[in-house]
Amino acid sequence: MKKTMRVLSVCIMALILAMPMASSAEVLRMATTTSTDNTGLLDYLAPTFKAQTGIELQWVSVGTGKALELGKNCDVDVLLVHAPSAEIKYVTEGYGVDRTQVMFNDFVFIGPKTDPAGIKGMSASEALKTIGMKKGLFASRADKSGTHVAESGLWKTAGLAVPDKEQWYIQTGQGMLNTINIAAERNAYTFTDRGTFIKYEANWKGNPPLVILVEGDKLLRNQYSVILVNPKRCSNVKNELANKFRVWMALPSTQKEIAAFTLMGKQLFIPNAHEK
Amino acid sequence: MDYLISGFIGAFKLLLSGDAETYSAVITTIAISSLSIVLSLIAGIPFGFLLGYFNFAGKRQVRAVVDTLLALPTVVVGLLVYAFISRRGPLGELGLLFTILGVALAQTILITPIVVSLTATAVESLDKRLGMTLATLGARGGQLAIATILEARYAVLIAAVTAYGRAISEVGISMMIGGNIKWHTRTITTAIALETGKGEFSMGIALGIILLSLALIANSLLIGLKRRN
Repeated sequence: MKKTMRVLSVCIMALILAMPMASSAEVLRMATTTSTDNTGLLDYLAPTFKAQTGIELQWVSVGTGKALELGKNCDVDVLLVHAPSAEIKYVTEGYGVDRTQVMFNDFVFIGPKTDPAGIKGMSASEALKTIGMKKGLFASRADKSGTHVAESGLWKTAGLAVPDKEQWYIQTGQGMLNTINIAAERNAYTFTDRGTFIKYEANWKGNPPLVILVEGDKLLRNQYSVILVNPKRCSNVKNELANKFRVWMALPSTQKEIAAFTLMGKQLFIPNAHEK
Repeated sequence: MDYLISGFIGAFKLLLSGDAETYSAVITTIAISSLSIVLSLIAGIPFGFLLGYFNFAGKRQVRAVVDTLLALPTVVVGLLVYAFISRRGPLGELGLLFTILGVALAQTILITPIVVSLTATAVESLDKRLGMTLATLGARGGQLAIATILEARYAVLIAAVTAYGRAISEVGISMMIGGNIKWHTRTITTAIALETGKGEFSMGIALGIILLSLALIANSLLIGLKRRN
């Protein structure tokens, strides 16, 4: 028994040591999407934010759908998400306030180099119509993430229903990079944000099996915004800190820093807080 | 295949270079799993004893429920606990979401059935004459329970090892309740999920090897315990 007690006390010691150091910094909790986290943007911005405001930014990175849900349940103070249509509805319904656009990047259609359906260089709508007509394999996130919301919107803009039950429409329900990998394995097309694609390209040392086929269409803009969780619904949220973050993200100096963030030498996000 | 080799090398590099992020995840993992194993043993051993020792009406049904709970999916436990500790939930005021304590409590729910079930089996499989002998020697109530469990200690140890293995390796609860917040609630398993999501497969393998090493150390401690007893 003595030995057991000793092991137990070692465990408990480890536990006490492991308790996060009580830091004097104020903590702001944010729910954001996988793209801002996986690309390393937040790791890059958070130290500057702390140095300039003294606020420690903690974030959970989930799909935009779940991020909005965490805000609805008052579990986070602020959101950084990218699904404008869902966001506007969210604010109208009173869950969020002070939506501020801060930056964008763009979506692209990628697919096998052989381009079996022949969509290279088309507009977004033409590309989807062609894929639908030729029943080209297409991998979709299907997880209510910002990317998935954007993709669903594009089917509608093209005048088509989301091909939910079609054999050629592969609904992965997984993150962007996993979905790209699935598309590559199945020789399928998919729809991704450029940042994740650059990361994917880098993983393949610049020679990936899937390449960009459709880009530059206005419809492909991927807008990121900061939304504060409504303090009237959620009395516990740190609205003041959240607002400081919102203002800070739109500052010219921060916007410059966002523009300077690169991955594999390529700029990932284009700041646009000044745009109306 | 490259992943595996570079993963192995990566694991050593991370450990030897004292990589702060890795160590933070290791410490968080140890903290959470130690807390949950202690809580589940405190809750599970007495219940397992009662279930294994006494015969009562409905015993088989209770046993069936406990054994069914062995199949609890981690994500479901995560969702259930989230519903309670979210700010809008009944226990929201406690602020347990995205904390080490919150994850440990949810893991306790996951692994207590393992402790209960295996302890009950251990107690059941003891020689039936043990209880009578102990009673003849004058053991009563608590004394009798402690003596019985001591007699079954190796099997209870196995219960603890099994439960610990489940706690240390699960990812659904840690992700849902902990939120994978860097420096705070990022465990080895959520870090593996993150690295895999980023396409850094060899980093994922490296962290996996570190997790297994941790489990090996924990098991060696327990085996040492068994020897010396």
